[in-house]
Amino acid sequence: MRIHRITALITRHLYLYRRSLPRLMEIFYWPFLDLVVWGFITLYLMKFQGQLPGFVTFFLGALILWDVLFRSQQGITISFLEEIWARNLMNLFASPLTPGEFLMATMAMSVFKVTAVSAVMAIAALAFYSYNVFMIGLWLFPFVLNLIVAGWIIGILTTSLIMRFGQEAEVLAWGMVFLFQPISCVFYPLEVLPRWLQPVAWANPATHIFEGMRAVLLQGMFPVMHVVWAIGLNLFYLAAMIAFFHYTFRICQERGLLVRVGE
Amino acid sequence: MASPIVQVRNLTKRFDAFTAVDDISFEIYPGEILGLLGPNGAGKTTTIQMLLGLITPTAGSVRMFGLDLDTHRETILSQINFSSTYISMPYSLTVEENLRVVAKLYGIADVGRHVDDVVKKLEMEEFRKKLTRRLSSGQMTRLTLAKAILTEPKILFLDEPTASLDPDIAHKIRALLKEVRRSSRLSMLYTSHNMREMQEMSDRIIFLQRGKIVAEGTPEEIVARYGQADLEEVFIKLARG
Repeated sequence: MRIHRITALITRHLYLYRRSLPRLMEIFYWPFLDLVVWGFITLYLMKFQGQLPGFVTFFLGALILWDVLFRSQQGITISFLEEIWARNLMNLFASPLTPGEFLMATMAMSVFKVTAVSAVMAIAALAFYSYNVFMIGLWLFPFVLNLIVAGWIIGILTTSLIMRFGQEAEVLAWGMVFLFQPISCVFYPLEVLPRWLQPVAWANPATHIFEGMRAVLLQGMFPVMHVVWAIGLNLFYLAAMIAFFHYTFRICQERGLLVRVGE
Repeated sequence: MASPIVQVRNLTKRFDAFTAVDDISFEIYPGEILGLLGPNGAGKTTTIQMLLGLITPTAGSVRMFGLDLDTHRETILSQINFSSTYISMPYSLTVEENLRVVAKLYGIADVGRHVDDVVKKLEMEEFRKKLTRRLSSGQMTRLTLAKAILTEPKILFLDEPTASLDPDIAHKIRALLKEVRRSSRLSMLYTSHNMREMQEMSDRIIFLQRGKIVAEGTPEEIVARYGQADLEEVFIKLARG
């Protein structure tokens, strides 16, 4: 693995962010609007706080953390789609750039994106709703790191499917992560889910993070086991998805799909 | 005679029931320009894409610099490059930004000087700060050629490198490629539908028809063998079977 090839790809995307309105909107406009809308909902629900104890305390925090996962996934998938739209995939994969280096660069871009979006949302939440996301305390850091990795996992899966099935699968870039949202228990505890779905949710690392967040905010508990489970599941799924990406890349080489993605 | 820098043996590519490239073998020698001719659908682009590692052959082998492409992909790809009318470059970046990214990708030291050199060689100074999406087709062709020679490859794969260029610029590009070949013993695999260009540029030519090599030799040998006036008439004769 060569650092200069990874930084070359990161440089390419950073050049793009300097002048691409849609990419800038992804960081500033959409997350800010999300926060504004959910913030108003939270203010409204605060009127019923007696009937929903503790609910509003974590609502905005859950939104911000869910956005971490969402933007992390988008950072990987949109970076790949940018290359398809620019008809630049052949240039990249006829260069010495390896599939692993490509993934490292897109993961780095997703961290950049998450950092920028999280800063925008955290500042806006504090400024407009006096909501301090750091009330979660030091647990915020392992939560955020695990959600970034969970986003990577979905992003790598989505990218692999788009590479394999072409532009028809492009819609997955925006839709795939929402397939996981109901079983991530972002805004409700796991016990709300039907019994048969709960084991599926437990196998999702994001569920452990959001359950952990509720444990910190509502019960003042230290969610060590949730974080351990999240790390373990993330490492397992990440290894599996990286292997799947490499496998899909080989399939695409055999079937001549790398040169036809985007047609 | 020097050892070949590219050795292709029994190269075959099948997509399900369709055979795009059928058991072809050829070599390219250091400093040689090998012309690849053939009608549309003959297998030229598929052949080049296999040599670039973008498509895995169904059978056969590709060796460059004495190394197998399948097992030494990174080493080989860092020493070759290509230009094609089928590719573009990120259109939201400027010409200069695109070239800087490519230089970094290939680990070129002194990126600024190399970019300046290639911009000057290809007369791109007037549009180096222009966004790629605003380039004319001729300017885009020059950009993809610039990115190919920027990395100082030992082998170049050129898929219609002067398409969309006016005769003046096309002539300058051919002169530049010949000069680069002369000074650095650059080898090229060159395709074009301009037969005069192929005759001018190629040391040898291989003619593909339905995935197979049906003629091979210097342009003069091929013209004489088929008793035609020029390469264009040979092309028409072979393409019509």
